[in-house]
Amino acid sequence: MSTDAPSTTEEVAETEGTGAEPGRRRSRTRTIAIVLAPLVLFALLLASGLGKDPRALPSELIGKPAPGFSLPRLDTDGTISSKDLAGQVVVVNFWASWCLPCRQEHDDLRAAWDRYRERGVVVLGVLFEDTPEGAMSFRQELGGDWPIADDPGSKTAIAYGVFGVPETFVIAPDGTVAAKTTGAVTYDWLTDEIEAALRKGNVE
Amino acid sequence: MSGRARSVALIVGAVVVVGLAALFASARAGRTESLADRAHEIAAGLRCPVCLNLSVADSPSRLAGEMRSEIATRLRAGESPERIRAFFIDRYGEWILLEPPRRGLNWIPWAVPVVALAAGVAIWIAVIRRPETGLQEPG
Repeated sequence: MSTDAPSTTEEVAETEGTGAEPGRRRSRTRTIAIVLAPLVLFALLLASGLGKDPRALPSELIGKPAPGFSLPRLDTDGTISSKDLAGQVVVVNFWASWCLPCRQEHDDLRAAWDRYRERGVVVLGVLFEDTPEGAMSFRQELGGDWPIADDPGSKTAIAYGVFGVPETFVIAPDGTVAAKTTGAVTYDWLTDEIEAALRKGNVE
Repeated sequence: MSGRARSVALIVGAVVVVGLAALFASARAGRTESLADRAHEIAAGLRCPVCLNLSVADSPSRLAGEMRSEIATRLRAGESPERIRAFFIDRYGEWILLEPPRRGLNWIPWAVPVVALAAGVAIWIAVIRRPETGLQEPG
């Protein structure tokens, strides 16, 4: 603003000296520049923000006690509850049969389950916005024998702050949420986080 | 003169619109509220997690519906709206609020329109209008 003011008076003086036309043209250029400047700023703001995924946020629950649950199992009768799993490393995987990345991550989950189940690690699939029938046909098609459970009313998903599927949480033996990832989980991420959670459990 | 009259009319018009909006808002706030109204009010301030920029009250998604019943259940159990909001913030972060709470850096989105409007008026008066009057006077 302060730099604009002197040049404006200069422009008026020039207008008086040489006639209206050049001055008018110059002030029009200036008007265009003033109108364009905020538009350019706005475009830069959009360019910097629009490429980001607004939901790819770190979980608010990291380091906090994992929300408890007691869910009807789909693969067998009975329920599975957080109390039953206390003291163990638990991988809570929210998934649905209609979710494509869930297919993509299925083999990685199976590999982690096969590798760590002997060491007391539990992988638990929690169904999200899906029918038990859909879940069972997904299982029949892709296999896997880790526990899966329904989540009536999405109460567990809401308690974990789930935005969509797949989302995967690792719960440490002390019952706190150790890690969370959004999107298809990889075997490498699972082994890293499970090992870290197991180490944490051994130290305490 | 006609330019000045026009800008005065514009300012008066803007004041009337803002005043009416404030009146309308205060009239709404004065109503006695049922549980459904209170549940709707909380849901309207929460962002639906599975859709962008739609409130939990407006979203037709299943998760939003389940969040609405969660809100109603908690209200019926006697929880205050603040505690229910805090429950969702604890899980989803402040992302879940459609309006960022007005504190700290969050003031930026609230201040930018006011600052931009003031700057625009200042630029208009100082720069864009001046050459015109300068041209009119000699002519």
